[in-house]
Parts: sequence; C-alpha cells; structure tokens
Amino acid sequence: MRNVTRSVLLSALVLLVVAGLAPVVGSTSISLPGAFAGQSPDHEIFFYARLPRVILAIIGGAALSLTGILFQCMLRDALAEPYTLGVSSGASVGAVFAISLGFSATGVASLVGAGLVLLVVLGMALDGRRLSSFTLLLTGVTMNSVCFAVILFLHSVSSFTQSFAISRWLMGGLEAVPYSTLGWLAAIVLPVCAAVIWLAPQWNLLSVGEEWARTRGISTMRLMGFGFVAGSILTGLVTSLTGPIGFVGLIVPHALRLRLGADHRVLMPCSVLLGGAFLVVCDTLSRTLLAPVEIPVGVLTAMCGGPFFLWLLKSKRRSLWI
Amino acid sequence: MSYAVQQLGYAFGVRDVTFELPATGVVTIAGPNGAGKSTLLGILSGLRAPYSGTCTYENREIREWPRRKLAEKVAYVPQSIQVEFPFTAEEVVLMGRTPRGGGWFESPDDRAAMQHAMSITDTHTFRARDFRALSGGERQRVVLAAALAQEPRTLLLDEPANHLDLRHQLDLYRLLARLGRGMLVVAVTHDLNLALQFSDRVLLLDQGTVRGDGPPGKVLNPPLIDEVFGVRANLLTGPQGRQFVTYDA
Repeated sequence: MRNVTRSVLLSALVLLVVAGLAPVVGSTSISLPGAFAGQSPDHEIFFYARLPRVILAIIGGAALSLTGILFQCMLRDALAEPYTLGVSSGASVGAVFAISLGFSATGVASLVGAGLVLLVVLGMALDGRRLSSFTLLLTGVTMNSVCFAVILFLHSVSSFTQSFAISRWLMGGLEAVPYSTLGWLAAIVLPVCAAVIWLAPQWNLLSVGEEWARTRGISTMRLMGFGFVAGSILTGLVTSLTGPIGFVGLIVPHALRLRLGADHRVLMPCSVLLGGAFLVVCDTLSRTLLAPVEIPVGVLTAMCGGPFFLWLLKSKRRSLWI
Repeated sequence: MSYAVQQLGYAFGVRDVTFELPATGVVTIAGPNGAGKSTLLGILSGLRAPYSGTCTYENREIREWPRRKLAEKVAYVPQSIQVEFPFTAEEVVLMGRTPRGGGWFESPDDRAAMQHAMSITDTHTFRARDFRALSGGERQRVVLAAALAQEPRTLLLDEPANHLDLRHQLDLYRLLARLGRGMLVVAVTHDLNLALQFSDRVLLLDQGTVRGDGPPGKVLNPPLIDEVFGVRANLLTGPQGRQFVTYDA
C-alpha cells in the first residue's frame, strides 16, 4: 500500500515538473510573468499556442499508455499496443472517412473505426486459449495494411481541399486545440481512465490467464467487454485529435514494469501520469529539436519506438513460437 | 456430500458419468490420455459449460452458482500457468484472495492467509522472486499456494505432480492427504502408485466413462488396468503392507 502511494506521488511530481517546464520552452523565449500579466505576444504564445498543446499531450499520452496496458492484459502479450494491433489505424480510417465526407464528428468516427479493428483482434484471440505473439503481430500487421489501403482509397476519391486536410491529419502531431475541445476530451478520457484503474485488481488476474481469473470469481466476459469499450474510446478520441501516435503504449508500460513490477494497481496509475509526461517531453522535443521546423510527434515516437519494439521482440523470440 | 453428478456429458470428452463425492477426503481421477479426466475436472470447477446431465455442488447446479460464490468454496489448480508479466510469487499467491477480500488493497487477513499458504507449500523462501524465473516445480507449488490462500472447502488439481521431482511429489501428496482430512481434494493423476498410496478413493476413467469407482486397492486391479491402459500390471504388497503397481515391460 505504501509502495503504491509512493510511486504514484513520485509519478505525479514528475508530471507536474514536466508540465510546468514544457510551456516555457520553445522556439521563441517568453517571460512567464509577462504571460500572466497579459503582455502580448507572451500571453498568446503561452496560453493559446503552448499550454493547450501541453494539456493535449498529457491527456493523449495518459490515454495511450493506459490503453497499451489494457491491451497487454487482455491479450496477455507485452507487445500489444494500439499501434501494433492496428487499432490506431482503425481510428485513422474513421477520422479520414469523416473528413472526406465533411463530417465534423471525427471523434465518433475514429471511435467506431478503433472499435471495429479491436473487435477483429479480440475475435482472433478469443478463439484459442492463448494467442501466440506471432499470430497477434500478424493480425496487427494485416489490420494496419487493410486500414492503410482504405485510407489511400478515401484519399484518392476526395476533393483537393479534403485531400489536404487528410494529409495534414495523417502526419499526426499535436496542435493547439481550443480549450472547449480539451474540456470535453478530458471529461470523457479521465473518467474512463479512472474506471480502468479502479478495476486494477481484476486486470491483475486477467493478465495471468482467463481461467485463472474465472476460477477466482471474476466474470471475464464482462471485464473483456469493458476493456473493449474503454480501449476503443481512449484510442479513438485521442487519435481523432492527435493523428496516429505509435509506441507510447509500448514504451511507457514496459519501462515501468522493469521498475515497478507487474501489479496493475501501481502500474496503471503511474503509466497514466508518466505516459502524460512522456508525450509532453516528446512533443517539446518535436517543437524544439529542429526549431523553427516541427517534427510531427508521431514521427518522433515511431523513430524511438520502432527500435525499442524490435529489441523487445528479439528478447521475446524464444516464446514467440509457442 | 459435495458433488453429485448424474449422467454427465460434455461434447466428446465425457459421457454418462455418475458419482457422488463426500465433503472430505482425497479422490484421484485416473485414466489414460484422452480419458476425459481434465474435462471432468473442468466441469467440476465451473470452467466448462454447457454440459448435459446434472452436476451439483452442495445441492446447487454448477452452472447456476454465481462465479464468485463458487470461488469462495472451490479452488482450481491448473496443470501449469504461463505468466507474461513480472509478478512475484507472493503477488501470484495473493491473487488467490480475490474472492475472499475483494478490496483494492489486501487486508491483514489476506496477508496472513498468503503467509500460511506459502509456508505449508514451502514456497516462502522465494516469495519475492519473479514467478517466471522459478523452476517448473516451484511454480506448481506457488499455484497450489494461491489455491490454498483462497481457503476453499474443495480443492481441484489437474496433474499436480507433473513437474515435481520425487521428493516434492511425495511432499505434495502428503500435504494433499493432510488437507483431505478437512476438505475434499480431487486430483487428476497419471501415477497409479501415488493414487494407491494417498487417496481414499479412485475414479478410473476411460474414453469419457467411469470404469471403476472405489477404494484404490480395489479399483486398481491388474485385469482392469490391463483393460483400460493396455499394459500388464502386477499389484504387489510392500514391506509395510502398502500396495503398489509394477508394469511388465
């Protein structure tokens, strides 16, 4: 119990420090007192360009790393993650579909897209007792290719302006969004995260095995159903605002497991906090590394996450063929 | 009485099985590969539905038991578990407390039960180690400890001695015999000598049906063993009057 409290407090502290520093750093240096006193342009840069972006990064990083753990639990595989399973791509298809039809509710469309892909992946997993990593990754690769094909198709039939909107969205990356958007995003994402964390003791059992959980009194179908809904909502909504950002849900949980162990009561809250901090750091780097040019944050996470994923795959290879 | 099973059937694995089990004692389910032993154990534990016929536990049909209520009474020890994530042995055992405590944090009761279960299974020495790094036998004992931490009235074990060396096999069965004085222990096993030595009753299965049910010395007779397993066996009596089986090569 003390262990949980200490780790969570420490993670919260890290997030606070990172979130406090990030809006001050950037291609233009600003003065903090000036920004709070309403001085132009410091005020605008701080409150309308950087702060909303930091908040989006916190919510996005938190949601993506928690979803990573969620999928890892449900599929009992450390390589599962919204991006590797193709769930992010599903969300992208939804968003691109909405953009090309001129829909404004990209969030809902992404959610549906994410849900459909997740349904296919879980369908594959429910069939056998335990899915081998091999099958799981192939399913993810296949879903990614299918989604990519659909996106190309939608792109090819869309008009010039839509096509531009689609490409910009696909590049990923965080942008300053209005506070009202951040408001509804937080209003949905945070309660969903809280509900997932609340079930941490049950995720512990499910991550060991489905029969293991069932013979200890857990209704696994209901739990899996909840995980499915929560995973779709988190991936869908975040992806609709940020574009596809990969590997956050792989890197953060894995690094934390090395340090904190597998107990989801510690792992989940810490991943939410540090996942948020991680994406803020990545986004700050993407703004500043080649300033004034911005690297889309999805590009950055994929460039770090890809090699990391390969390393994980290699260290796991022995168990890959069972 | 704990279980009452009548004309039980399940897909291709089990057909027309009928028996009743007492509230205490050690019962082994023996039989060749594919006899339906694990399937039967799966039905008793509530994992395998839908079955045909009736299978009641404490006079209530298994499929009608709420999962959690059943888990307070019946603990199931699978053949082996594969864990992907770095849980410690202690954490695995504490998971057994889920149907008991159910709180977000474990209570002092949960910790006491965990400690007791780990000390009688001789697993406390590696309580803080990563479960995945343990040997097969150590894992088996940790999984048993998790089932005992559940404080069940009935313990169902699927080939519990599978990964154990000689000493730990004997230790395990001695422990099961001791536990059998206060609860019902049902173990699936291949080893007829362990069944002879430690069980009060043997249920011999073949091709999904019951071929013998009674005291081990009676059920495990050479003609029936020959018929069911297809090997010639001799029942010998050892120095302390204990019976054991040998097989002709």
